[in-house]
Amino acid sequence: MLRSVRDYFNSLLLVELFKGLQLTGAYLFKRKFTVQYPEEKIPVSPRFRGLHALRRYPNGEERCIACKLCEAVCPALAITIEAEPRADGSRRTTRYEIDLFKCIYCGFCEESCPVDSIVETSIYEYHFEQLGDNVMTKEKLLAIGDQYEAEIAEARLKDAPYR
Amino acid sequence: MPEIRNYTLNFGPQHPAAHGVLRLVLEMDGEVIERADPHIGLLHRGTEKLAEYKPFNQSIGYMDRLDYVSMMCNEHGYVRAIEKLLGIDPPIRAHYIRTLFDEITRVLNHLMWLGAHALDIGAMSVFLYCFREREDLMDCYEAVSGARLHATYYRPGGVHRDLPDQMPQFPERSSQWHSRRDMKKLNRARGGSLLDFIADFSQRFPALIDEYETLLTDNRIWKQRTVGIGVVTPERAKALGFTGPMLRGSGIAWDLRKKQPYAAYDQVQFDIPIGQNGDCYDRYLVRIEEMRQSNRIIQQCVEWLRHHPGPVMIDDHKIAPPTRAKVKEDMEALIHHFKLFTEGYCPPAGEVYAAVEAPKGEFGCYIIADGANKPYRLKVRAPGFPHLAAMNEMAKGHMLADVVAIIGTMDIVFGEIDR
Repeated sequence: MLRSVRDYFNSLLLVELFKGLQLTGAYLFKRKFTVQYPEEKIPVSPRFRGLHALRRYPNGEERCIACKLCEAVCPALAITIEAEPRADGSRRTTRYEIDLFKCIYCGFCEESCPVDSIVETSIYEYHFEQLGDNVMTKEKLLAIGDQYEAEIAEARLKDAPYR
Repeated sequence: MPEIRNYTLNFGPQHPAAHGVLRLVLEMDGEVIERADPHIGLLHRGTEKLAEYKPFNQSIGYMDRLDYVSMMCNEHGYVRAIEKLLGIDPPIRAHYIRTLFDEITRVLNHLMWLGAHALDIGAMSVFLYCFREREDLMDCYEAVSGARLHATYYRPGGVHRDLPDQMPQFPERSSQWHSRRDMKKLNRARGGSLLDFIADFSQRFPALIDEYETLLTDNRIWKQRTVGIGVVTPERAKALGFTGPMLRGSGIAWDLRKKQPYAAYDQVQFDIPIGQNGDCYDRYLVRIEEMRQSNRIIQQCVEWLRHHPGPVMIDDHKIAPPTRAKVKEDMEALIHHFKLFTEGYCPPAGEVYAAVEAPKGEFGCYIIADGANKPYRLKVRAPGFPHLAAMNEMAKGHMLADVVAIIGTMDIVFGEIDR
């Protein structure tokens, strides 16, 4: 009896609607925690899997030895490798391409690489302007690796105990 | 001249309330649904067929993309089927990590569902609040696997890497918008390990669920739109092959986590909420309560994981790759590494079915192996499919606007239905 009377008045006075409004109203005056994206960024984990890069050894020699493990393990068949012996007799790739439209960013290439050559960096802001730009050639990948080597090495070092 | 009464309405495939690419052909009598005919297949990517052409491990990433709001649960179903086929059991810590992340995934999924469902019905702010919490949980995903959505984290024999001891932090410098103090505040929960971050979240979360409930549970508009809509009796729910919250909303206490425990679910305490009337409102209440129960499980898992360090992957290099350090100095490890990443492993011939309680219901993988390094056939049992198949039965006799509520309550994701 008492309950039905209470329910009647609650309903008549729009109590539940005002409670909801009170909640949203409180948020209106709370401090905002929005991260203003292009200028501010959210922190990125060292395990992040973004744009690919090919790394070099400190002496400038490229790491990749064309073992083709990444090509074999890639679920999306995004990697194409051609290799032959170089003038000095060492085996190197003549062509190393990743089609970023096919890539699913699973990270298996990095996992499989025995010499830590192909890595997925923490770069997530990139775009293509023309069809064909989506194919990352060896030159482009090495250039990214050269430019971001410090960050790449730091992230790998941070995550080393778990690998 | 005969009077023409029924007419056909095409709902979708591009409709904001269709949750993806659902084409619904509605035969209407005025504004009342006479027949609802869902057309599917617009997001078909051939996952099952693709899996037949790759070594077992390489399809894990594609499982993420089935139900793309409950990623790790799909992986769990697939990985469990392979483990059953191989006859291996991951270390206990891996079981707990999987339990923890299954529940995080459940919360992620239910938040997504709640936000989208409320938005469909007309409540805007719930959507924003839900996505605020999803952000934190996706940070957990990223910290552990490196990807915010498509994790590829579970592997046959355990999980890929152990939980990190550090969370990534915001830079502690002021910007145009935020003072140093603000940034410090953003970093508040990020000072410790991932487990501290999750513990902090699970402490805050119940109060946040209360907020969603304040906005919705008693709200008269919400009730008018959901109470008595899409009623499914327990008998029909069973007959239609419903699982998950759709079945529990009709009052049947069936949950694979309790009935056929896997991972560490037999070690943690939780309850299965069930509904009474089997309408949209009851299913809403069930899912809200499931979030609370998930939060309970998360807390228990965090507590256990804190005190029990150990391996997260089995020590069999025929199935799990050796560590990086080992590969660099041990010839045998390198051979294992090469063998595993080129050929993979060859489980014995046979058939297995393994299922997990995904947020939407029973997600199962049926694998036929012929002794090769890839499945002969993979069949995915997606929970959304039988739910969508009941569309006609649930929508018949309701108004056009209720179709939106019914699609919402089914928690449909086309990635898994079309596969």
